[in-house]
Amino acid sequence: MLDLVAFILLFPLAGSAINGLFGRRLRKESVGYIACGAIGLSFFVSILVFSGLLALPPEQRIFEKHLFSWIQSGSFNAAAGFQADPLSSLMSLIVTGVGFLIHIYSIGYMHEDKGYHRYFSYLNLFTFSMLLLVLSNNFLLMFVGWEAVGLCSYLLIGFWFEKKSASDAAKKAFVVNRVGDFGFALGIMMIFLTFHSIDFTEVFNAASHGKFAIGDVTITIITLLLFMGAAGKSAQIPLYTWLPDAMEGPTPVSALIHAATMVTAGIYMIARSNVLYMLSPFTMTIVASIGAATALFAASIGLMQNDIKRVLAYSTISQLGYMFLACGVGAFTAGIFHLMTHAFFKALLFLGSGSVIHALSGEQDMRKMGGLKNHIPVTYKTFFIGTVAIAGIPPFAGFFSKDEILLEAFVKGNVIYWAIGAVAAFLTAFYMFRLLFMTFHGESRVDHHVKEHLHESPRNMTVPLMILAGLSIVGGFLGLPGASALNHFLSPVFGGHGHNEMHGSEASSHHGIGLPSLMMVVSTLIAIGGIWLAYQMYVKRQELPKKLAERFALPYKVLLNKYYVDEIYDAVFVNPIKKISVQLWKRVDAMMIDGSVNGVARFFTGTSNVFRLLQTGYVRNYAFYIVVGCIFILILTTWLNK
Amino acid sequence: MEPYLFYVMAATSVVASLYLIFEKNPVFCALYMVFSFINIAVLYVLLEAQFIAAVQVIVYTGAIMVLFLFVIMLLMVNVEQKQKDDLPFQRIPAMILGFVLLVVMGLTIKSKIFQGKEGEYTSAKVESIGHTQLIGKLLFTDYLLPFEMTSILLFVAVIGAIILAKRKV
Amino acid sequence: MITLTHYLVLSAILFSIGVVGVLIRRDAIVIFMCIELMLNAVNLSFVAFAHFLHSMEGQMFVFFSMTVAAAEATVGLAIIIAMFRNKDTVNVDNMNIMKW
Repeated sequence: MLDLVAFILLFPLAGSAINGLFGRRLRKESVGYIACGAIGLSFFVSILVFSGLLALPPEQRIFEKHLFSWIQSGSFNAAAGFQADPLSSLMSLIVTGVGFLIHIYSIGYMHEDKGYHRYFSYLNLFTFSMLLLVLSNNFLLMFVGWEAVGLCSYLLIGFWFEKKSASDAAKKAFVVNRVGDFGFALGIMMIFLTFHSIDFTEVFNAASHGKFAIGDVTITIITLLLFMGAAGKSAQIPLYTWLPDAMEGPTPVSALIHAATMVTAGIYMIARSNVLYMLSPFTMTIVASIGAATALFAASIGLMQNDIKRVLAYSTISQLGYMFLACGVGAFTAGIFHLMTHAFFKALLFLGSGSVIHALSGEQDMRKMGGLKNHIPVTYKTFFIGTVAIAGIPPFAGFFSKDEILLEAFVKGNVIYWAIGAVAAFLTAFYMFRLLFMTFHGESRVDHHVKEHLHESPRNMTVPLMILAGLSIVGGFLGLPGASALNHFLSPVFGGHGHNEMHGSEASSHHGIGLPSLMMVVSTLIAIGGIWLAYQMYVKRQELPKKLAERFALPYKVLLNKYYVDEIYDAVFVNPIKKISVQLWKRVDAMMIDGSVNGVARFFTGTSNVFRLLQTGYVRNYAFYIVVGCIFILILTTWLNK
Repeated sequence: MEPYLFYVMAATSVVASLYLIFEKNPVFCALYMVFSFINIAVLYVLLEAQFIAAVQVIVYTGAIMVLFLFVIMLLMVNVEQKQKDDLPFQRIPAMILGFVLLVVMGLTIKSKIFQGKEGEYTSAKVESIGHTQLIGKLLFTDYLLPFEMTSILLFVAVIGAIILAKRKV
Repeated sequence: MITLTHYLVLSAILFSIGVVGVLIRRDAIVIFMCIELMLNAVNLSFVAFAHFLHSMEGQMFVFFSMTVAAAEATVGLAIIIAMFRNKDTVNVDNMNIMKW
């Protein structure tokens, strides 16, 4: 059954090819069926592979499928091979499962769009790329998937490319990701130079068998470079700026790519390379610090945004920061756990917001919403579940995963990490409920002509919402503290380093039942606090936000403008580079290069204009020159050759 | 007597050649050309090449001149005066160039680099065998292959002339 | 006494006259005659060499070059006829499309 692992990838690729090549000629229904069918089959195979792994004893749960040798050059050897182990099979389940629901949702959401087949072709291609990323068994093939998801992200953000903001956002995402990818590529080169292999198994075996001391400089550099790639793809400080702009794409795309799957690639990569990261405490500190900083920073920006999708985007960045914090303190299982639950509830929230936008005929500004809960009840209920889940109220999914991260941060990291995480959790609860109250509660601020068209979304959009809502409720039980099924399942991947005691379940069990319970209570109180504050400000006393904004004008403005980070980047990086480029273009390209090329051409044109006059076309004239030549030859042979 | 004959013949052939290049009427040109060639034929006799002299007369007067005159009359070529001359400025330079060529060739001759090994066919020997007989013998022994090849050449020329001159290809 | 040099000088004179004729005449037929003149000038030097060096090779060469001259005259005149038919003239100055 594990042999089928390659088929997980085959179906989306085939679906993408069919829709991309022939989609124009197919009927809309068939395009949708092909795309969803491809992902559905892929999901089914993922389940088969997953159950195949479960049937094996935990130590043997790794399977490599070598397809063919891809690049062979000297000692360098890259194979096209896939790996099914607990981590990759879990990831492929998330990708195909959530992806399947979002595909179905897209049928309804994108129904009116003229680029229907193009959209599904890209979406399938994205799923293929993401699966390539998570299933590959070496760094280079993973990098191929890594770049391919970047490409699909670019294509889908700029899906409505006739809108300038969309194509700009696509370019921004691509360029910012390039910075991170550069680090990742360098990291892979360093890995090859250090380990003489890029195979996961070989590299991690070599690393875990004591060849490298903890804190080894080479490993630190490698892990930092890899983290650079992860920060780019997973939108961490300082490379997060592309993600909010990526909301220019269709909403299901935001759900699938920019919330549930692609942005988690960085987490996956770090979790995959956990052996290397464990060898470098310095990098771990960096990862945890940046994760914590991002979690707080993005959450604070999220407080003041008025675009429903942008709030969710900053929330995504913030939640990704949580995952990095978890990885940074060595709690990889908690990171992956949160990745999974986040995929559920963030996809739900994005799809829900898509449903809201759909109902309001494209309106995204929350100031023009309000009072929608009776108009679109299914969306409201599912959205509420998602909000509660992300806010961290038991027993919803987000509570368990976030709680585990906070616990681990407290136990393995230090109090500062925990405090930052707790503040971020408070802010998260606050802005998510602010979003919920502004959108669904209170008085309606919807435009009149829009209000007449208010309608609940079709079934193929609401059913995925309900399924995701169900997952958001029960997803957390996979990782119940103390009896975590997920912990147990993932332990072959993360628990492999015997010399290191710093992994998941054991650490938390050392501290008995007292601390976890205390933590749970505390984090629940924090979440409720945030909700209470949001309730006070946005339902009870709606004049309060305005007053606060006047009172704290400067912080309010800074937050509203997202700390001016985009402006700072523009001033520090973008504009100088633009200016230099313009100078290079005008001086070097136009004047020197073009000038020299054109100059050569002009020189020959000029001289040719003179010399072509010799070509009179008269035979007698040519005969004249022949005689001149003969005389010279005669002179040469007679006197010079004596 | 021989030197005088040479000078007379040389002078007449040069004069006839000059007339050839300056005469306007192509028919007269052809006649001057033949006159010049007959003078050269006499020089061949002086050089003890009687067969070549005979061939010269037969081929040039009998064949080539007739051909030229035939073509001239066939095409009814005008007197050159009336035709356009796009390169009038080339006349004087061409003559100077011809003179320079002559000087250079004269200097080449004067530098006496033309010295070959003497052959076996002295005048006496040629006399004893007979000039025509000797040429015939050589043609069919030592020069058989080139001789046969000239036959092919003439054949090809005949076909080529027909093809080119035909009205429709 | 007439020497080889006399003949060679005569040959050179005739050849030069032929060259000048080719360069200054416009009538293709006359140009052709001038070329024949040049050929004959060369033939003369061949025969002169043969005589003064007691060899038959020069005369054989003349024999062959005469054959070539005959063939050339045939083909050349045929070309002139074809040219006349296309352009209605034998003036080589009208054949000036071989430029630029």
